[in-house]
Amino acid sequence: MTTVQTRSDTLKRFKNLEFILGVLLVGGITLAVVITHWLFPDSGTQVNLTQRLVPPMTEPGIWLGTDALGRDILGRAILGGEISLKVGVYSALGAVILGIVMGLISGYYGGFVDVFVMRFADVQLALPFILLAITFIAVIGGGLTNMIILLIVSQWVQYARLVRGSVLSLRDQEFILSARAIGVHDIRILFQHLLPNLIGPVIVLMTLNVANNILLESSLTFLGLGVDPTIPSWGGMLAEGRTYLQTAWWLSVFPGLAILLTVLGLNLLGDWLRDILDPTGRTSL
Amino acid sequence: MGKFLFYRLLQAVFVIIVVTLIVSFTIRLTGDPAVMLSQGSGSVTEADLEMIREALGLNQSFAAQYVQFIQGLVVGDMGRSFVGGAPVMDLISRALPATLWLAFASLAVSIVVSIPLGIKAATSRGTWVDQLIRIVSLVGLSFPNFWLAIMLVLLFSIVLGWLPPSGMSGIASFIMPAATMGIILTATNVRLVRTTMLDTLRSQYIMVARAKGLSNTVVLYKHALRNCAIPLITYFGLQFGGLLGGIVVVERVFNWPGLGSLAFDAVAARDYPVLQGVITVLAMMIIVINLLVDIAYGLVDPRVRKE
Repeated sequence: MTTVQTRSDTLKRFKNLEFILGVLLVGGITLAVVITHWLFPDSGTQVNLTQRLVPPMTEPGIWLGTDALGRDILGRAILGGEISLKVGVYSALGAVILGIVMGLISGYYGGFVDVFVMRFADVQLALPFILLAITFIAVIGGGLTNMIILLIVSQWVQYARLVRGSVLSLRDQEFILSARAIGVHDIRILFQHLLPNLIGPVIVLMTLNVANNILLESSLTFLGLGVDPTIPSWGGMLAEGRTYLQTAWWLSVFPGLAILLTVLGLNLLGDWLRDILDPTGRTSL
Repeated sequence: MGKFLFYRLLQAVFVIIVVTLIVSFTIRLTGDPAVMLSQGSGSVTEADLEMIREALGLNQSFAAQYVQFIQGLVVGDMGRSFVGGAPVMDLISRALPATLWLAFASLAVSIVVSIPLGIKAATSRGTWVDQLIRIVSLVGLSFPNFWLAIMLVLLFSIVLGWLPPSGMSGIASFIMPAATMGIILTATNVRLVRTTMLDTLRSQYIMVARAKGLSNTVVLYKHALRNCAIPLITYFGLQFGGLLGGIVVVERVFNWPGLGSLAFDAVAARDYPVLQGVITVLAMMIIVINLLVDIAYGLVDPRVRKE
């Protein structure tokens, strides 16, 4: 008995730690971005050619050093978070909404929509996102809006499949059958009876998806296919830093660390949420 | 089994057709290669451009160009590069081994590391060992692959000077690219092994095996691991697409002469046939791997074979 108890205690303590760390990371970074945006909007864009490539902690007020144009790395890294968070959250929201609607229709009615969703999933599986992105961005151009659209198009089907699976297992259960028997409208069955019963795993998937989208956005921007290089962004800073890797390591270390900590925070929260919202582990891939 | 395989084969053909359609359609919107090619060669008239287009077959309709592409694909001919005129097939077969070697090296690293770690986490479930493995794998999952690559270069090439920073020459040049993808894959796989192992360890035949007095190692690695194989093989197969996508990015950091580098150069030069070829080949590889996974089911699990 004693071992069982200590084990579940360790688990509980770990779960709490996971939650606290996740909230601190995600909350702290979001807060830093918002405050910097309002109070010091030009902290990372001010060019100062007398202070080029200053190493971290060597001059007062320059904590993380400066880049080749004398811009403050700390300020720039915080402002860069704005782009990443925007892309991550907006694209995940768009994909969730589209995915839920398509998944509900496909699971409940079957038919054409169902065939479309499942075949779309097959195709999506065979085309790695990065390759699709290279092709499409070469056509429609980079930029914030295009990247968000691209992420939505390539990710909605994950949600659609998840929702479809849950609908298939729920739709013949008694509470749905009785709702239909007393003549509840289909729209209401879908959104009021089915949706609340399957939303848990969707929220977990969405948290992890925001993290993944931030990774994808920074890779694309790093490759020169993402947001405009004049706007501060983590991927863009890392691309600039590569030229100076031999001489100025801080250009390459800090923006990447910012990505790592943000994504880690989101993954911690997602992991914590999974135990609460998805006890059967449908999103545990 | 036969009927199932036939259906999967049909599905694969359908996916290949859709993928090539999407790719060739979008690529043709990316800009006029005739203009790109004539850049820097002084004054170019519209008549010159028209001549280039005709020479490259770009004046034909999209449908005609697509049919031509598919006809070529069937006999293994994917046209010639707009830049330099080398057959696309040659360019791809030169770059493909570099990418494949990297893919298999990363996969091997991740399987060798993640299976023992995942089993360890599952058997010590709830203890601090389990939590440590879990948190380390979460951190690994959160790394941007290209940044991990840059950090490895910074540490092992610039600070320590142990490994070559880029290119493919000898065993030493493999270590960092394979480690980059291997570390990120391992982080995912440890969690998968742990979850599937936990499910398996709950089953009755494991209890029977233990009751018979078999040693722990035999129970875990022979009885349990074999039964974990099916879900694990599926996941490893599904990962292959993501792995190739990651390699394409990491190749860029290491100047690795693989398909990723080929694709990026092709985008910059509007070299349609090469880009089309690379994406088609990558998509086909992913489709074939997933077909193989379905066949492997039957080999690993006799229950599937009988159906």
